[in-house]
Amino acid sequence: MESMFDLVPIWAGIIGFGIIMYVLMDGFDLGQGILFPFARNEQDRDTMMNSVAPVWDGNETWLVLGGAGLLAAFPLVYTVFLPALYLGVFVLLAGLIFRGVAFEFRFKARTSKYLWSWSFSVGSILATFAQGAVVGSYIQGFETENFRYVGGAFDWLTPFTVLTGLGMIAGYALLGSTWLILKTEGALQDWAYRITPRLLVMVVAVFIVISIWTPLMDPMVMSRWFDQLSLIWLLPVGALISMAILVRALIKRQEALPFVATMGIFVFTYLGLAASKLPYIVPPSYTLWDAASAGESQLFLLIGLLFVIPFVLMYTAWTYWVFRGKVKAGMGYH
Amino acid sequence: MELDPLFLSRLQFAFVVSFHAIFPVFTIGLASYIAVLEGFAYKSDNPVWSILSRFWTRVFAVVFGMGVVSGIVMAFQFGTNWSNFSYTSANFLGPILSYEVVTAFFLEAAFLGVLLFGRGKVPPGVFLLSAILVATGTFISSFWILSANSWMQTPAGVEMRGDLLYVTSWMDAIFNASLPYRFAHMALASFLTAGFVVAGVSAWYLLLGREVRANRAALSMTLWLLLLIAPLQAWVGDLHGLNTLEHQPAKVSAMEGNWETRSNVPLLLFAWPDQETQSNRFEIGIPGAASWILTHDVNGIVPGLDQIAREDQPPVWPVFWSFRVMVGLGLLMIATAVAGLILRRNGAVYNTRWYLHSLRLMSITPFVAVLAGWFTTEIGRGPWLIYGIMRFEEGLTPSLQGWMALTTLIGYVLVYAIIFIAGLYYLMRLLRDGMESQPATEQEDAPSHRAKRPLSAVDVPFEEGAR
Repeated sequence: MESMFDLVPIWAGIIGFGIIMYVLMDGFDLGQGILFPFARNEQDRDTMMNSVAPVWDGNETWLVLGGAGLLAAFPLVYTVFLPALYLGVFVLLAGLIFRGVAFEFRFKARTSKYLWSWSFSVGSILATFAQGAVVGSYIQGFETENFRYVGGAFDWLTPFTVLTGLGMIAGYALLGSTWLILKTEGALQDWAYRITPRLLVMVVAVFIVISIWTPLMDPMVMSRWFDQLSLIWLLPVGALISMAILVRALIKRQEALPFVATMGIFVFTYLGLAASKLPYIVPPSYTLWDAASAGESQLFLLIGLLFVIPFVLMYTAWTYWVFRGKVKAGMGYH
Repeated sequence: MELDPLFLSRLQFAFVVSFHAIFPVFTIGLASYIAVLEGFAYKSDNPVWSILSRFWTRVFAVVFGMGVVSGIVMAFQFGTNWSNFSYTSANFLGPILSYEVVTAFFLEAAFLGVLLFGRGKVPPGVFLLSAILVATGTFISSFWILSANSWMQTPAGVEMRGDLLYVTSWMDAIFNASLPYRFAHMALASFLTAGFVVAGVSAWYLLLGREVRANRAALSMTLWLLLLIAPLQAWVGDLHGLNTLEHQPAKVSAMEGNWETRSNVPLLLFAWPDQETQSNRFEIGIPGAASWILTHDVNGIVPGLDQIAREDQPPVWPVFWSFRVMVGLGLLMIATAVAGLILRRNGAVYNTRWYLHSLRLMSITPFVAVLAGWFTTEIGRGPWLIYGIMRFEEGLTPSLQGWMALTTLIGYVLVYAIIFIAGLYYLMRLLRDGMESQPATEQEDAPSHRAKRPLSAVDVPFEEGAR
């Protein structure tokens, strides 16, 4: 469809921004669920939950907006990813619902509290694993014919995607633990300082294996990285510098920097992934332009979104501002 | 046995959407009710209005939260099970569904927080405005969803190029032929739902003798509302039916159980429609009445299913029966509202125990009627997913296998059962807790440090007696 303006880059930017916003923001609160079983006691679990209580549902609305936005702007992504990850999507949604419900009722529960704790944790871990598997599937590519997914039910569950799923669990746990360093104090913060290096080791290990595995699996990625020395190498360097900053901040027991550095690791890895695969958005066959909806449809939604997004960002920033500072044990956010 | 992914996907979608729909249909009406209560509270010094408003806002918070949770799945169903449909219709449906999310987003970000947590902290005028804007927002949100659904019933403003639909006129597509009727019908259905729930709960409190003053006020105002809305709904429903006759005659034929194009068509009170023989068994009807309703003439000619090729007919018996359930309950609602008017003399309405008990039972009926109405219109659209453009089987995800659809169907049933039981159980706790123990304003402790989530507006513990 001919259009006066090519809105595809703008929409790629919006959706790309939405995804990283979601990953960073829901990442640290899913991370609380991942760390839950390892927490030292119930009181720490209460504080962990309190540290994300004011913001977690706002974080998840980015996911719903992302789902609807993809259908509007890049319908092919929606209509290939969701069928290909059919069972994974179920795991993701069931996980998110369980943890959401558990979140609300755990605060109100007394005798049934352990049940909700358990649901919160299992739901968080399953949802995170599924998100990692989505990333892994994207790197792997999809079997398509005439713009339809024609692969099998378990193409999304391979050794590679299991690794990306586990990597995501480690990554969100790292976001979660550095968030706790930022938001808590005393024994819980000490605990977070202790577990963070271990989580970082896991993240680095997965990072290295995926970085080696991906070019071996995909010749396009191989050629982009190794045919000639290009600026693309700045991205993994950025990720490594972020890791170094994290280690230094942990040694100096800084409070805010570990979380910022962890976000840096995520952002650089994300950009590195984008630089490896784009413009292919449904690899190996379809680019952003193949996947895009009609220009006038993209324009129609863009008008409304340009009005709403600044507002939502302001509101989000305000919420985080209101709830800034340390969460103390026994302080109720519910 | 071969598992049919088409049938299972339809069942799954029906389950998920039915389950989800019961929450918004209630909250949309309740939001307006709360706005009205706030309006009264703003105007008058009588404390009952703000007691009622506080109580129903708490109920609203819990039900809204359940609606949000159950709605997440909806945003992904179109892709997982109906990817061909999504692929073909994305140019229109994508932006429309996104606008729904954006509206909900905007609503939640801005005004819901004030409504749930701002009582006593913002000026009364601002608080009233927030209540009105939340109510307006729920209507805008449902406008987009109903526009999308109505477009699937009476598509317009698009043209097919290759296997993709392109929008040629946004106005025509959004404001398609059935939208005004469907929107009005659903808006009234939301009011009826909220009205009967409020009436039922008030009646229950009156039976127990709790907060008598406030609940009498609530019962009185909702009964006036129902007396107005219930007959109005019958009229709007009739208009909606005539609109359907014009655009989707097969659906109306199925609703009437009318196989044959003829005059003097009876209004069937009972029948067992048989698709095999293309006729009804055990017919009991009022002669000429269907002709009269649809053409305003007992001798009017009404199109029957004989005009529709067998493979293009909707399944008749579910449409026929769900339509009767809806209409039957609608008539029961009118009767209940009229009985309320009669009992008003000498205030008998507040202490006639059989009437209060029946109101209590009636509170479930709008939910059943709404679902029956949706079954009528959705099954009656069959075999078309987009009427006249795409059939159910053409919209299905090609890679979907029967066992996959069955797995997720069972999965969603289990997940939703747990949410529903937990949510309903908690709602009952909230109702039993009642209005008496409510704090006069929001809790004073660290007011800026309250989480702004719907469910955190409610502080009743989950278990019995655990406060």
